[in-house]
Amino acid sequence: MIWLTWRQFRGSAAMTAALVAVCAAVLALTGPGLADRYARGVTACVADGTCDRFFDRFFDEYHLLFVLVGFVLLALPAFIGLVWGAPLITRELEAGTHLLVWSQGVSRVRWLAVKLGLIGLVAVGTACVAGLVVTWWSRPLDGSAVPELAQMTPLVFGARGVAPMGYAAFAFALGVTVGMLVRRTLPAMALTLVVFVAVQVAMPMLVRPHFMAPVTATHELGRANVGGLSVQQGGGEVRIAVQAAVPGQAGAWVLSSRLLDPSGKVVSADGQDTPVAVSGTSGPCSPQGAGAGMDACWAELNSLGYRQQAVYHPIGRFWSFQWIETGLYAALTLGLTWLSFWLIRRRLS
Amino acid sequence: MTPVLQARELGKRYGRRWALRDCTLEIPKGHVTGLVGPNGAGKTTLLKLAGGQLTPSEGELRILGEKPGTTLPKVGFVAQDTPVYAGLTVGDHLTLGARLNTTWDARLAEDRIARLGLDPGQKARRLSGGERAQLALTLGLAKRPELLILDEPVASLDPLARREFLQALMEATAADEFGVVLSSHLIADLERVCDFVIVLVDSRVLVAGEVDVLLGTHHRLTGPRRDPDRLPSDQYVVSARHTDRQSTYVVRTEEPILDPAWVVTPLTLEDLVLAYMERRPVAGRRAGLEVLR
Repeated sequence: MIWLTWRQFRGSAAMTAALVAVCAAVLALTGPGLADRYARGVTACVADGTCDRFFDRFFDEYHLLFVLVGFVLLALPAFIGLVWGAPLITRELEAGTHLLVWSQGVSRVRWLAVKLGLIGLVAVGTACVAGLVVTWWSRPLDGSAVPELAQMTPLVFGARGVAPMGYAAFAFALGVTVGMLVRRTLPAMALTLVVFVAVQVAMPMLVRPHFMAPVTATHELGRANVGGLSVQQGGGEVRIAVQAAVPGQAGAWVLSSRLLDPSGKVVSADGQDTPVAVSGTSGPCSPQGAGAGMDACWAELNSLGYRQQAVYHPIGRFWSFQWIETGLYAALTLGLTWLSFWLIRRRLS
Repeated sequence: MTPVLQARELGKRYGRRWALRDCTLEIPKGHVTGLVGPNGAGKTTLLKLAGGQLTPSEGELRILGEKPGTTLPKVGFVAQDTPVYAGLTVGDHLTLGARLNTTWDARLAEDRIARLGLDPGQKARRLSGGERAQLALTLGLAKRPELLILDEPVASLDPLARREFLQALMEATAADEFGVVLSSHLIADLERVCDFVIVLVDSRVLVAGEVDVLLGTHHRLTGPRRDPDRLPSDQYVVSARHTDRQSTYVVRTEEPILDPAWVVTPLTLEDLVLAYMERRPVAGRRAGLEVLR
C-alpha cells in the first residue's frame, strides 16, 4: 500500500520538492550575507546611536523580498491542500479507479490511512523545513521591520516558526475531506481554497487575539508610537496620530493604540489624527521650534499629560502563540481526519 | 455447500430512491451467473453490494457465507468500464496486485499478460479498451478469488474484443473452480458463458435460476385467441400477446403441455429474458419467485 501511495504521489512530490529546493537555495545563499550586513550595521549604529535610521534603511532595501518570502510561505499550505489534498480521492472517483483499488485485499480504511499518513507527513515535513528556513533567513529583517510588519502581526506570524506545519496539515486534511464530499476535483479545489482562506482570515481576526489576555499599558508619546504630527500652515492647531506601535516593544502585535488626553479620555484611535492643545505658532512643537529636533515637542506633549494607551501582545509570547496556533490547527486536522474516515466507511462507494 | 451469494430482502436506497429492493436470491456454488436487466435496473448496485463496495440499506446479504466487506481476499471485483490507473504501467498494475493482496498468483498474472501480448512497460492510458478490460480481468483472476464479480465488463468493447474477453473468462473458469457473476444488458453476451441467470428489472429480481432449468420449464404457446384465466392453474403466465384471432403466451410450468390447440415452441435464453423484461414487474412477481423456490 505504501508502494502504491508513493508510486501515485512521487510525481507531484518531486515537483514540489524541486520548487521548495529552489526557494530554499535562494534563501540559503542570501541568508548569511543578510545576517552579516545586519550584524555589522547594528555594531556601527549602536556606537553612534543611529539604529532607528539604520533599521529603516536596511528594511526598506529588502522590503519586497521580505513580503514575497512571507507570501510564498503563507501560500504553501494552500497549495498543498489544493494539489495534494483535494484530488487525492476525487481523482480516483472520477476515473473509477477507487473500485479497482478497493477490491484488492486491502480495506479502504487502511488504504486511506496510508495515503493520509504518508502524504500528510510529507506535507508537514515540507512546511516544517520551509517555516524554519524562513524564520532563520528573516531574523535580521524581523529585527528591523516596520511596525505594520512586526513579527507578531498576522501576516508575518503565519509565515514563521512552526505554525506553517499546522496550516499544511489542516489544508491537506481539508482538501481530502472536501474532495470526499464534493467528489469532483475542480469544485473540490475551489471549495478547499475558499474554506482554507476563510479559516486563515478568521483565525487572526477572531481567535488568535484571545490566546492570552493582551497587555494594556499607557506609554509616553515619542518617535516610536506617534505616526504623524502636522501643523497647519501659518501656525494653527497641531494634530497628531498615534500608530500601532509600542515603545520598547518591537515586534509586538498591537491590537489597539489610542491617544489619551490629559484627563485620561480617549480622543482618537488607530492612526486617526486629532488636534492637541499645544501651540503651533511658537514653542517646541511649532515649525520654528522643531529645528532643535522633535524630542522637545514629545516632552512638551508628555508634560501636558497626553499618553498613548496600547493593547498588545509582546514579542515574548511569539513561541507560546506559535504552539497554541499549531495545536489548534492540529485539532482541526484531527477532526477532519476523523470525518474523512467516517465518510469513507459510510458514504463513499 | 455454502452458496456463493445469498440475499434476503436486500435493499439499497440512495436518498429517497431505491436502487434495489426486496431482493431475495441465492446463487449456488460452481456457476457462471449472468445478471441481466435494462440500464438502471440496479445491476451495478447489486454487484457493488456483493463486492462490499456498498453497504445495504435493508435486508441481509451473505457472500460465501460471510458478510460482504470482510470477504475482500476471496472476492475479485472488476468494476464497470474496467477502470485502471492511466498513469501506471501494465507492470505497475501487477505490482499493485502483488502488494495489495495476500493471495496473488504472480505466475498467472505474468503469463496472462505475456499471452495477451501486452508490454509491461506500457502506460495503461495507451491501452485499447479491450486490452484495458483484459488487464482488469488479469488483476481479478490473479487474486485467485473464490468469487469473481464483473460489472458490465464488455459493454464498451467492440464485438471482437468482446468475444476475446468472454473467451478468456471462460477459459479461466474452466481451469479453476470459482464462481463468477457478471452483468450485462446484452443477453447475447451472457448466453455463451452463463449457466445461471438472474433477471433484474426496475430494481427487483424477476427470475433467477439455472439456464437449463429455466429453458426446460418455459414455453411459448401459440394458438387461437384465449384469455389468460382459461389457462391451466399450473401454467404461470410470463407474458402474453394477443391479436384479433391469435394469442401468444410465454408460460412457465413444470408439467407437460397437453392442450392440442397450442403450438408449443421452445424459447432461447434471449426470448425468455425479454419475456420477463417486457412485463410490468409488480403483478405476479411474488408468485414467480415462489414457483422457483
